[in-house]
Amino acid sequence: MKLASPLHATVALSMVAMGLTGCTTNTPQADGDGSIQVTSTADACTLSSSTAPGGTVKFTVKNEGSQVTEFYLLAQDGLRIIGEVENIGPGLSRDLVVMAPEGEYITACKPGMLGDGIRANLALGPAPAGQGVSTDRAEKQEQATTLYAAYVKDQTEQLVTGTKDFTDAFAAGDKAKARELYPSVRMHWERIEPIAESFGDLDPILDAREADLEKGQDWTGWHRAEKDLWPPATGYKEMSGESRAALGKQMVSDTDELYSRTRDMTYTPDQLANGAKELLDEVATGKVTGEEEIWSHTDLWDFQANVDGARIAYEDLKPLLVDSDEELDATLQKNFDSLQKLLDQHKKGDGFAFYDELDEAQVQELSTAVDALAEPLSKLTAAVVK
Amino acid sequence: MFGNRKVSKASAPKNATESGGGPARVPSRRSLLVAAGAGGLGIAAGALGHGAFAAQAQETSTSDVVPFYGEHQAGIATPMQDRMHIAAFDVTIDDREELIALLKDWTAAIEQLMRGEDVGEFGATGGHYDAPPEDTGEAIGLSANHLSVTLGFGRSLFENASGPRFGLEGKIPDALEDLPHFPGDALEESRSGGDIVIQACADDPQVAVHAVRNLIRIAFGKARVRWSQIGFGRTSSTSTNQMTPRNLFGFKDGTSNLKAEEQKALDEHVWVSGATGKQSWMNGGSYLVARRIRMHIETWDRSPLSDQENIIGRTKREGAPLSGGEEFSEPDFAMPGRGGPVMPVDSHVALAHPSANNGVQMLRRGFNYTDGSDGLGRLDAGLFFIAFVVDPRTHFVPMQNNMAKNDALQEYLKHTGSGLFAVPPGIGEGGYLGESLFA
Repeated sequence: MKLASPLHATVALSMVAMGLTGCTTNTPQADGDGSIQVTSTADACTLSSSTAPGGTVKFTVKNEGSQVTEFYLLAQDGLRIIGEVENIGPGLSRDLVVMAPEGEYITACKPGMLGDGIRANLALGPAPAGQGVSTDRAEKQEQATTLYAAYVKDQTEQLVTGTKDFTDAFAAGDKAKARELYPSVRMHWERIEPIAESFGDLDPILDAREADLEKGQDWTGWHRAEKDLWPPATGYKEMSGESRAALGKQMVSDTDELYSRTRDMTYTPDQLANGAKELLDEVATGKVTGEEEIWSHTDLWDFQANVDGARIAYEDLKPLLVDSDEELDATLQKNFDSLQKLLDQHKKGDGFAFYDELDEAQVQELSTAVDALAEPLSKLTAAVVK
Repeated sequence: MFGNRKVSKASAPKNATESGGGPARVPSRRSLLVAAGAGGLGIAAGALGHGAFAAQAQETSTSDVVPFYGEHQAGIATPMQDRMHIAAFDVTIDDREELIALLKDWTAAIEQLMRGEDVGEFGATGGHYDAPPEDTGEAIGLSANHLSVTLGFGRSLFENASGPRFGLEGKIPDALEDLPHFPGDALEESRSGGDIVIQACADDPQVAVHAVRNLIRIAFGKARVRWSQIGFGRTSSTSTNQMTPRNLFGFKDGTSNLKAEEQKALDEHVWVSGATGKQSWMNGGSYLVARRIRMHIETWDRSPLSDQENIIGRTKREGAPLSGGEEFSEPDFAMPGRGGPVMPVDSHVALAHPSANNGVQMLRRGFNYTDGSDGLGRLDAGLFFIAFVVDPRTHFVPMQNNMAKNDALQEYLKHTGSGLFAVPPGIGEGGYLGESLFA
């Protein structure tokens, strides 16, 4: 688990927003030669052509002005955004790749990011053979993000309830119960980890590991409790009842804060897709190495929860993905299934084996399956934002 | 008289082997010294070394020789070479004079190595046929390749748990304070610390490894290697003539690094001056900060280009700041973008830039490394960060704390090794590295 920065909260959002642009320089141009060159200056927005074939359309936007510019492809109503690329610095170029069926569109450059931008009409003709584009991508995007928002809400609700149960047991000194609740309650956090981490102030106080701390920084949250419940054999002083209660109280109030902040959050398809990828990254760097839960060794619960969260995002995006890249969809489906089968082998009762019970070969096997899934999963964003 | 000449290794004296195993008939360095009327002992001898054979040798170019003597040690403001082998040692003896003797032996060898010569009196093949060669020989036929060897002292050389060592009470510079734990540190004991560090840089890896190997050999019984690291590609440029290289994230690194040509900035940010009393031995020296930074290259490679560029704050191909222009355009951290400055506030450039660090600058001299794989199917690869600074307390610790907490890149990094060393000033002929400390 990384210790996200306090700056991350605002920046994460802006960066995610940027992801929507789908700046995929390396995306091969499906129709061969034809990217549309866009030149943005202080007072002009020049397109190399006002017509092009539909299907996968690529714009290369060059900012020749002195301010940051943006480029939008809008539907004929001039309101609905088909695709956009933001934050193009002076002198820089960015690509925008979108999937757009035959029809009338409006393009806009926004030097200085102000107003309606400098607009022009663009007519897209029929897509080349084999490049059918469904007309309801916007609807499918809406559907995917609505489903995902509901999932985040549900998980945070369960996290709030579970945290109360856990901290009650922890404060009361009921170690057996606290140890039992610890991994299962944390799963609700781990399923939505990229969302939780986007709040740079909440992540470190709820989920920092000891090594994540700066000299002199207070240690709070789940892993503080973890060390007390599964203490090192030597050199550790148990927390007092009073400090356990205080820690629990803060965890509850911080989780309540997370809950209230996520009530009205909305998401974009690229956030879902990037989030899925980030969850697999978490598994690859923290869980598969056993570094996340160094005292409790309950890494497989986190592992499963990260995979759950990624799978949900993928499934919500599936209708969009099937449209744009059926092959990728099939690969992801297959690799999610293989990884789940491996995880199932380590199930014990309601939970899992402790990570230190796994032998080297088993860890390698899990790691290989994670990488096998993470690699194609990293292509999901570009496939769904088109 | 022979100082600028150089014997190609291929023509190193064959007499020993041809003489059927008897003592070498080649003139010894010492006898030549006498003949030449050189007054200096030991170290000065190095100035001649195998150059003594120059009479029979073809003259080769000295353009790839980095000067050894000077106000500062080589390998700091020296234009950065492509390869590095660095080793940290624990000194296993207690006696001050023995330590000084080791430093003198090392100095003599380093002087020879940097000229592209064999180590020792008889080199790789000139000695007794029944004796192991003085020089290990793998650099025979290779030129100096801009080899520089830089030596520094860790805090543990000055004192350990039982008190001061080697009579160095009071000599610990204030700036040689142990680095604190930084957020996310995952340091391995066996890759951290050390009493003495030796950094060898060259354009040919074999030359750098040859240097470190022979210095290790000279130290047997007096100092043992604690950790060592090979770097295969420079990640900074230290001269305006050098193209900015790329790190293993695929981005140009060190665009705004201090350059050898920037004398004033070096004086301000790299070279120690004005130290007084028992610490004055550091004047003309610097501090070497080493961090072994593992990169999670696999997860990095899966991140979208947009994320990568926003995390670094530069475009990938050109290296231009996201606020526009070209590689060497000054970043504009205030330029507004959608959702905040167009240079993200947690981008690496935004956090590492002098403007975010009280104007301090470092002379970075890091190298890419790969050390096999980690058993989970991933490369153990990353950056072996090296920086030279005038004072790590002002020029490294605050920046590293800030970056460890706020840098978006941190998610892809793991610091696994660390070292801090006081690098003494350079020396003149007849001196030995570290002499000011023992004066």
